[in-house]
Amino acid sequence: MTEPLVELKNVSFTYDAEAAYALNNVSFNIYKGEWLAIVGHNGSGKSTLAKLLNGLHFPLEGCITVGGISLSEETVWEARKKIGMVFQNPDNQFVGTTVRDDVAFGLENHGIERSDMVQRVTESLEKVKMTSFLNQEPHHLSGGQKQRVAIAGVIALRPDIIILDESTSMLDPRGREEVLETVRELKRNYNMTVISITHDLEEAAKADRIIVMNKGQLYREGTPEEIFQMDEELVKLGLDIPFPVKLSKVLREKGLPLSRHYLSEEELVEELWTSHSKM
Amino acid sequence: MDISLQNVEYRYQVNTPFERLAIKDVSIDIPSGTFLAIIGHTGSGKSTVLQHLNALLKPTEGQVVIGERMITPVKKQKNLKEIRQRVGIVFQFPEHQLFEETVEKDICFGPMNFGVSVEEAQKRAKAAIGQVGLPEEILSKSPFDLSGGQMRRVAIAGVLAMEPDVIVLDEPTAGLDPRGRKEIMDMFYSLHGTRGLSTVLVTHSMEDASRYADQIVIMHNGEVYKKGTPKEIFSSPEGLLKLGLDVPEVVRFQLKMEKSLSIRLSKTCLTMDELTDEIAAVMKRGTAT
Repeated sequence: MTEPLVELKNVSFTYDAEAAYALNNVSFNIYKGEWLAIVGHNGSGKSTLAKLLNGLHFPLEGCITVGGISLSEETVWEARKKIGMVFQNPDNQFVGTTVRDDVAFGLENHGIERSDMVQRVTESLEKVKMTSFLNQEPHHLSGGQKQRVAIAGVIALRPDIIILDESTSMLDPRGREEVLETVRELKRNYNMTVISITHDLEEAAKADRIIVMNKGQLYREGTPEEIFQMDEELVKLGLDIPFPVKLSKVLREKGLPLSRHYLSEEELVEELWTSHSKM
Repeated sequence: MDISLQNVEYRYQVNTPFERLAIKDVSIDIPSGTFLAIIGHTGSGKSTVLQHLNALLKPTEGQVVIGERMITPVKKQKNLKEIRQRVGIVFQFPEHQLFEETVEKDICFGPMNFGVSVEEAQKRAKAAIGQVGLPEEILSKSPFDLSGGQMRRVAIAGVLAMEPDVIVLDEPTAGLDPRGRKEIMDMFYSLHGTRGLSTVLVTHSMEDASRYADQIVIMHNGEVYKKGTPKEIFSSPEGLLKLGLDVPEVVRFQLKMEKSLSIRLSKTCLTMDELTDEIAAVMKRGTAT
């Protein structure tokens, strides 16, 4: 974590000149190879943030730099090669009539040579484990599978960063796990930088770093351990506390001498096991 | 109003090459006043079951009894309007169905379709908007100027304004933040009580099912895999896990802990309070011996 890959400096944005700022003076960095979770209640500005990072909107004030390029109308196409985005609704982002066509779509738009294109399509579908669905039509796929195809479409363009904008919120638990596992593998194997905008705190708990947004402002930034120490403060912000943290807290209240608040069930069980076996 | 599905089978596109069996031999009783949760994977047949509850679909085998009415494969059904009014369905992402110029008109659309006068519909709109926890001022606004959470509440108000006896909810909290989820579910739970509704909740959330429902039905591959009270359903979580379904966090933790510590807690816990009491008891008993 040395040079930041993305820098936001004093970014503000509003959709409607008369309404409050959707983003208000937000500054932070994103580093290569990290998994950054951005959490916040509905309307906290986190999706606006994603749209600005991908140049769908531009800051009203302040600036965003992506891989050294300052984002503007002129540079947006260059910057977008570095950032791929997976949206919320699996049905709104399938453009091809087959899985293969869908992944090829983005490559065609970028004028990639056919021979190169064919290879990249296969390669990216391999990475998301969807090669056996090459000629399937979208309506034959489950939500999780559709999102994996969307991810393949994104990584075929070989971006440095992938943004998940609530990409798992419309999926069932199995679909959600499928998509997250796919992204985890991409991060592990190809050092992909992941920005995940999410309500799912269990997912955020596994990130390297969390940013909490509230009313358009950056409310807090830290490791999952630091963020989940905020406890009731998170609930006040419209968020929640992950189950293991909640459980450790209640157990402590009921007189069990736990050494800390655990972020994972495994660690908590481990400590219970240790103290139980000492008895 | 009681609803009962009796050995219901449904095939899509019968007598075509695309014929597909969606559900078979499904029997579910929903006596008046029940809070029932239907759980299952995408493709398990949940949505097909749901559409039988107000005769949007007619079974290809078996029968559905809705109040006084009997829906069978053979009979040509007439006058289903009354059923549609008495059984209100809140579909997934209901905010996508808003279309009117103002919130008030949108809420009035349903009741007026069922022959209610403008004045009465407006009166109901006012009551419904309060029930979903929104201020009356919002009635004159365009639904498209509202936030996603507010739009969803408006869409729900539109169903409440029809004054149904049974309300069917298809994933009502999908896409909401944790506070929004809790608020919406608490709202349905209190409406369930105060208006004496029957409520059918189709959900992926085991937490909601175990917290709010009296009865749970688990669907798998188009069949009823299991039905019972939350206690009955979650007291043998292994089967659910094998199907790739979740179990409530509390149950999952109890299972992990029992395995790791090679102990059995005295009962299946469904709430944080029960679980922590049990754990505390086990740990303290340990220290004493």
